[in-house]
Amino acid sequence: MAFDIKSPGLATTVQDQGRTGHYNVGIPQSGSMDQYSAELGNALVGNTAREAVLECTYLGPTLTTDQDAVVAVTGAPVEVKVNGQPRPQWTRLQLAAGDEVSFGVIQGGTRYYIAVQGGIDVPEVLGSRSTYSLGAIGGFQGRKLEAGDHVPVGTPLDGGALPAAEAVPEEFRPVFSKEQEVRIVLGLYDHRLTDEGLENLLNGEWKVTPVADRMGLRYSGPGVKWKEREQPFGAGSDPSNIVDAGYAVGSIQIPGGTQPIVLHRDAVSGGGYAMVGTVISADMDLVARAAPGTSTRFVAVSLEEALAARKELSERKKKAKAALGAS
Amino acid sequence: MSSPETASMEARYTWGGDEFLFVEVSEAMSLAANFKVMSIAEKLAAAELQGIVDICPANASLLVRFDPDVLPPATLEESVRAIESDLAHHQLQPLETRIVEVPVWYDDPFTAEVAERFREGFHQEPGGSDIDYAAKVNNLKDAAEFIQRHHEQPWLVSMVGFVAGLPFLFQLVGREKQLEVPKYLSPRTDTPKLTVGHGGCFGCIYSVRGAGGYQMFGVAAAPIFDPAQSLADFKDFMVFFRPGDIVKFKPVTEAEYNSIQDEISAGTFRYRQAPVTFDLSKALADPEGYNQELMEALNGI
Repeated sequence: MAFDIKSPGLATTVQDQGRTGHYNVGIPQSGSMDQYSAELGNALVGNTAREAVLECTYLGPTLTTDQDAVVAVTGAPVEVKVNGQPRPQWTRLQLAAGDEVSFGVIQGGTRYYIAVQGGIDVPEVLGSRSTYSLGAIGGFQGRKLEAGDHVPVGTPLDGGALPAAEAVPEEFRPVFSKEQEVRIVLGLYDHRLTDEGLENLLNGEWKVTPVADRMGLRYSGPGVKWKEREQPFGAGSDPSNIVDAGYAVGSIQIPGGTQPIVLHRDAVSGGGYAMVGTVISADMDLVARAAPGTSTRFVAVSLEEALAARKELSERKKKAKAALGAS
Repeated sequence: MSSPETASMEARYTWGGDEFLFVEVSEAMSLAANFKVMSIAEKLAAAELQGIVDICPANASLLVRFDPDVLPPATLEESVRAIESDLAHHQLQPLETRIVEVPVWYDDPFTAEVAERFREGFHQEPGGSDIDYAAKVNNLKDAAEFIQRHHEQPWLVSMVGFVAGLPFLFQLVGREKQLEVPKYLSPRTDTPKLTVGHGGCFGCIYSVRGAGGYQMFGVAAAPIFDPAQSLADFKDFMVFFRPGDIVKFKPVTEAEYNSIQDEISAGTFRYRQAPVTFDLSKALADPEGYNQELMEALNGI
């Protein structure tokens, strides 16, 4: 079976849990920006966490299904319509052949996910179905969807077994707030910031700018100061420059000391700007949900606290799936 | 938190959140630092630790991604430190690698057209070309002399990344002969695919079209990233370059460039390449003499 794309939306791509193992040659992990929402969407339709979904950005697609299908829309709040009639989010929806799915205006956040029983069935590239647009690999022909695309859907797993519950309970749905506290582990090159610069990073109010995409999000705010120094050979002339190095996913760089950039799942794998800390793995989904204008505070935590938060998120996912009666 | 301990020869270890270990071998770029990075990366890969996700050697530092649910951070750090300490007590092994000839059309119309669109506010000298500027800041007579210096000595792929398959290149010459050119004042939003660029002491080849801040000198004639894996050089993997590869640029004319395009269309293009052993101590002792030896491997193939 397949989805026929009538209109593609702003930037709709096929994503899954991402591809690792090739960051050493500059191929980023990719994958759903908000993994939590994508994974619960998959759980609702009886998939494992590995199946590919459609990631919609602000403006969603209009599509029809050529056969009966079971879908769920999770992630950022948006009006979901089937044949023009409003239907709930975070809830399993039964579609009949020919049904049309479309979306209203997004009510917060940035991305929502269409999960379908059987998963989006594009070929795996380097072990993943995720789209990496810049390298034109993975996903549907290596690019975002276009009108007229015929997007294949896979065969249901386990003979089409579905979880007992039809909807994700409210308590397990993420909050899409205009204010965020993002936990970071300081490190990498934070010693190159002045005391005042570090103070600004941690105590300042930072706002997500419109320059935010799958590669990274740029924030505006008070700016930071870098310590002056004689630059090491090969590093470049600005005090925010380093000899080009690998970039951790989630790391925060502040070119010229003005606007911090948090690298996300389609990160460039390296470059010549000093990083001062890294968003903890448990808060990467949170950052992915930030719409432009979101007021953000960066809160420093220890590596141990980051690991505890990681465990907590994993427990939360397990509980959410248990509440659905999914494995 | 990271700490500035640059004086010692020991690497600096710091965390990139709960999934990345960053090992800064040196703040400054040097062949010795890069070689140490590659040696650590190679030994770490050979150790096959459960829970290592990515090992990314860079110019003078190493980034390791790991799964902390499988590999506790402290265990990883201990392992890398042990490798580093072990290397310090042993002669560095020569690197088994290859030398590759990369045809380049210098001073080409593709990069010239893009450069034209990014002058005022982007470039240090909006009135001239990138190569003229590079010649000037390196105290060279003219663009021709700069081009000569760019291709007469080979380069080491010191890192692959930024975007898929992009090689960073460090020329195998003494520091006094390193070509250094500042990046654009502000990055361009466009760079032609296969642009041969330069920023700071690093050369690069842009594997895909896109944003970029390096000065533009020419365009490589053949692909270095081939997702369709249609050419023979990409049969095993879509990315051509690996850290440790040695690159010899070869200037080509427009006619030669066009004939290479025909070979690519016909699917017959192959890079001229030969296996070589790269010995750091020889390269440091007599760079240009040793380069002659390396480049001889390309003769007669």
